[in-house]
Amino acid sequence: MAAETKIVEDATKAAEASGGLPQLDFSTWSSQIFWLVISFGLLYLVLWRIILPRIGAGISERGDRIADDLDVASQMQKEAEEASIAYERVLANAKAKAHNIAETTRKSVDADIAAEVETAEASFAKKQVVADERIRDIRREALSNIDNVAKDAISAILAKFGNVKTTAAETNSAISKLKS
Amino acid sequence: MKQFEITPIIEGPKFGPIDTTFTNSSLWMMIAVLGVIVLFGLGSGRKLIPGRLQSFGEICYEFIMDMLRETTGPEAVKFFPLVFALFFFILFANLLGMNPWAFTTTSHLAVTAALSFFVVGMVFVIGIIKNGTRFFKIFAPSGLPFIMYFLIVPIEIISFIARPVALSVRLFANMMAGHVMLKVFAIFIAFLVGSGGVLAGAAIVPIIGTTAIVALEFLVAALQAFVFAILTCVYLNDVYHVDH
Repeated sequence: MAAETKIVEDATKAAEASGGLPQLDFSTWSSQIFWLVISFGLLYLVLWRIILPRIGAGISERGDRIADDLDVASQMQKEAEEASIAYERVLANAKAKAHNIAETTRKSVDADIAAEVETAEASFAKKQVVADERIRDIRREALSNIDNVAKDAISAILAKFGNVKTTAAETNSAISKLKS
Repeated sequence: MKQFEITPIIEGPKFGPIDTTFTNSSLWMMIAVLGVIVLFGLGSGRKLIPGRLQSFGEICYEFIMDMLRETTGPEAVKFFPLVFALFFFILFANLLGMNPWAFTTTSHLAVTAALSFFVVGMVFVIGIIKNGTRFFKIFAPSGLPFIMYFLIVPIEIISFIARPVALSVRLFANMMAGHVMLKVFAIFIAFLVGSGGVLAGAAIVPIIGTTAIVALEFLVAALQAFVFAILTCVYLNDVYHVDH
């Protein structure tokens, strides 16, 4: 108790001596610096050895984890892109195949149609030829029939009006004279 | 200035010039240290998705780390615990000092001077250990006309010696001036209220002033801790970059 009072008295005296500012009372400096070294040293040691490594490890672990996740994600993206490329290749192949099939089908159908049209045209032509032939025959026949009819008519006329009996040869020659 | 007075709590023995007496200053230094340790102890979890305290711890970690990397360089990571400890020790001491009845350890020149001389002395010693005599090139920047060195070298030496003084006085004076200013305004309130009448009503002006200064002092408390830490980084720069 006495010692304390003495120190307080000393401090007060010293403060008065140094103009009243306790900051400039150098008798307290030793104790302040001693406890500063102890407390700051303790803080430094705890931060340096225990706390800061833990915080740093936490941050770097998270950083590693994020980097890993990003790697995995980019890997997956690459795989997805490859899958999509493969899918597109398959799709393109399928399309090309379908196109080919359609093309060949169309070609064969076209060829069939063309062939059928050709055969139809050929048979038409044949039939026409036959028909022409027949028309020509019928016409010739008709013409020759007309000659005969004319001969018959002439013979009949002559027989009726002139009582002239003519032979077929005479009429024929007469008609051929008229014709020429 | 009762708030700056140092009063012994536990009498300690003296070893030569070393006085181990535990004072109110020692108590508040220990409170600041324990505060930092508890806060970051709780905030040093290693969860993948951090909680609030862990987030806070990581933000502080990266804030100091970025400051050190940008100001000094990635090779100075060795000093990261020191800069971190300095920043949060001073920050907690300053902020704790804002409490009524609390003692502001950083308002004492003994504390700030010890920290400053430690930092600058450490830069000097480590600079010489790492660079040998080449370290003295920091006093003679290259590429000047020869005659200029007669002027520049003394200026550089004086500015180097002034570093710990400036560093310690800046922190101590800021903290003390803030507290003194608060006290002056507060005394003025008491004086006006005590006078009574119209003057008592006029006390509203220093009340507003005191409130504003309290806010300002919180800013200063954080700012001075930051200034001390970043100047430490700037001085550490000399260790690694002897040629300016």
